[in-house]
Amino acid sequence: MSGVSTEPVAETALDTSLEGVPGLEVDALLDDPGTRIVVCCGAGGVGKTTTAAALGVRAAERGRRVVVLTIDPARRLAQSMGIDQLDNVPRRVDGISPGATGQDGELHAMMLDMKRTFDEIVEAHADPARAAAILGNPFYQSLSAGFAGTQEYMAMEKLGQLRARDEWDLIIVDTPPSRSALDFLDAPKRLGSFLDGRFIKLLMAPAKAGGRAGMRILNASMSMMTGTLGKLLGGQFLQDIQTFVAAMDTMFGGFRTRADATYRLLQAPGTAFLVVAAPEPDALREAAYFVERLGAERMPLAGLVLNRVHGTGATGLSAERALAAAETLKQEPGGASASDLAAGLLHLHAERMQVIAREQRTRDRFTSLHPEVPVTAVPALPGDVHDLSGLRAIGDRLAAGHGG
Amino acid sequence: MSRLQVVSGKGGTGKTTVAAALALALATEGKRTLLVEVEGRQGIAQLFGTEALPYEERKIAVAPGGGEVYALAIDAERALLDYLQMFYKLGSAGRALKKLGAIDFATTVAPGVRDVLLTGKACEAVRRRDRRTGEPAYHHVVMDAPPTGRITRFLNVNDEVAGLARIGPIHNQAQAVMRVLKSPQTAVHLVTLLEEMPVQETADGIAELREADLPVGGVLVNMVRPHVLDEDAVRAAGGDHREEITRALTAAGLGGTEALVGPLLDEAAEHAERVALEREQRETLAKLRVPSYELPFLGEGADIAGVYRLARELRKLGVGA
Repeated sequence: MSGVSTEPVAETALDTSLEGVPGLEVDALLDDPGTRIVVCCGAGGVGKTTTAAALGVRAAERGRRVVVLTIDPARRLAQSMGIDQLDNVPRRVDGISPGATGQDGELHAMMLDMKRTFDEIVEAHADPARAAAILGNPFYQSLSAGFAGTQEYMAMEKLGQLRARDEWDLIIVDTPPSRSALDFLDAPKRLGSFLDGRFIKLLMAPAKAGGRAGMRILNASMSMMTGTLGKLLGGQFLQDIQTFVAAMDTMFGGFRTRADATYRLLQAPGTAFLVVAAPEPDALREAAYFVERLGAERMPLAGLVLNRVHGTGATGLSAERALAAAETLKQEPGGASASDLAAGLLHLHAERMQVIAREQRTRDRFTSLHPEVPVTAVPALPGDVHDLSGLRAIGDRLAAGHGG
Repeated sequence: MSRLQVVSGKGGTGKTTVAAALALALATEGKRTLLVEVEGRQGIAQLFGTEALPYEERKIAVAPGGGEVYALAIDAERALLDYLQMFYKLGSAGRALKKLGAIDFATTVAPGVRDVLLTGKACEAVRRRDRRTGEPAYHHVVMDAPPTGRITRFLNVNDEVAGLARIGPIHNQAQAVMRVLKSPQTAVHLVTLLEEMPVQETADGIAELREADLPVGGVLVNMVRPHVLDEDAVRAAGGDHREEITRALTAAGLGGTEALVGPLLDEAAEHAERVALEREQRETLAKLRVPSYELPFLGEGADIAGVYRLARELRKLGVGA
């Protein structure tokens, strides 16, 4: 061990290279006119919303007409794009400048209001009297106010609507912070199979046959079942559900068709999924699961965005050597302040090298499972993003972060 | 001392790890705690390196001094079938309901029923007593709950469902659960990091919990890293001390220090920025008028050893006690 020899110091500011892993070409993806929908998905707390916003800014400044759909109660995206209140309608974001390609792009942003979206579907598909009956139904009001699955379903519904309007040539979607990151894939199907199922027909039978009298025509097991549900939930609640189901009857075909259409849209060649993660075991485990699931659903995966990756400009100085050198400094009698500062710097660097090593191990586990997935690594920033220039900086990192 | 400790937090803040550590910390001196998971993610099994947890309470850890931690992954569908069995002795009819899609409807589509079942099962464990001794089956129940953005709606769902289903067992069940959740028997803790977004969500979450009359416990600040250099030191290092530091690095036996000092100072500047941001976040948290506890960053990641270490810290801080 030659402790005094000259150590090579990396010339690049950050080492985010991933040997043997294909790089994710973000600009190529955003510039391709064939790319019409980008879906950002992944575990909670990995920077999905920020990634979606940064991609939106970058694509718009590269000449595309973009809308970003976010589903986030914290309204963080709104703040970072300088809009105080995002609502269920796309709003134009100011301050987008023509960038690299010289073409004028546009950025619009919106935040999903699930109740409003659900109400709009009802209003669009039922006559006014029926719509009023549905909107006033207590069961509907709870369902639409956002219990498990509604948000995911409405997010996909809104995506379908935006695509159908055809006013934007690129739609970037942030996915809901679900209990499972995959809920948005499952919710429409779940609702669809529920609406098609025998249970709903059963629930509807009494209402269709004219209220309570209709109960008689049900066979024994069916009446026992509704009876049980009635006892369990209370007769009023069951009646609310039945009224709701009856009122929604005409729309069910529509719901099912739309859920299927959205699902096919997600499989279409113009759609690209970006799995967002941080170099932490939980986030990457979820990312791996997501990659597998997208494959099984034949949905097009563009790659992995790895946020908050740490780097260093002094790759040649290992944690161990930095700590050993710091010890030497501490041992100097009457250590001058410069010496103390140098020791502090070395301790900091050792900590950084340990973080980098840990992140690398976590990344290696993912890569060994899915070596084919293109990756872009985005360096960690010390602070949070507050404005367009912050989003631009993230966009630069997204585009530059692929390893060779 | 609250019997039901609910642990929420923004995604990525380590709420599962903190919940597990709290269950362990409360299981001292022969006490028994139950750690429940409600989101079907099997986060507890992953943390403890065991197989996926079944819908069954099983021992997953022992605490120093003979305490025991049990774990349960609550499954809404199984919980509903349990209820039906309990109230109606359904037997094969339960399977028929399942076949018809009624169970699926009740646990995934029907508003709130799922959350009622999940909170209901946790409250049942709080109230349960040993048949022979009459002692509580568990001294504490710790819930790894949904994230901050959804916690109030999740816990408050029983109020909403009690309003929807105005009579019947679900109504009674919902009201019984709400009595536990809104009492001092319950404490809702929020896990955060010293970063802007999680702290903001924590502030919003506390306001929502208070609005709904749900008892706020503490703020658990996770992954707190020590400050190696303060801002003054970094300024000094970057300014007129650069030459001296380069010499000191060389004196420490390092080579190429001319090229090394720049990157090291960059790292220090980033560190200083983080220290300044963290100070702001601490100030924001202090304004919330909620006890706040800091937990150290686990250098080697969150694993069983990390859970035990956090449990020791939580005990020292007296969280939940």
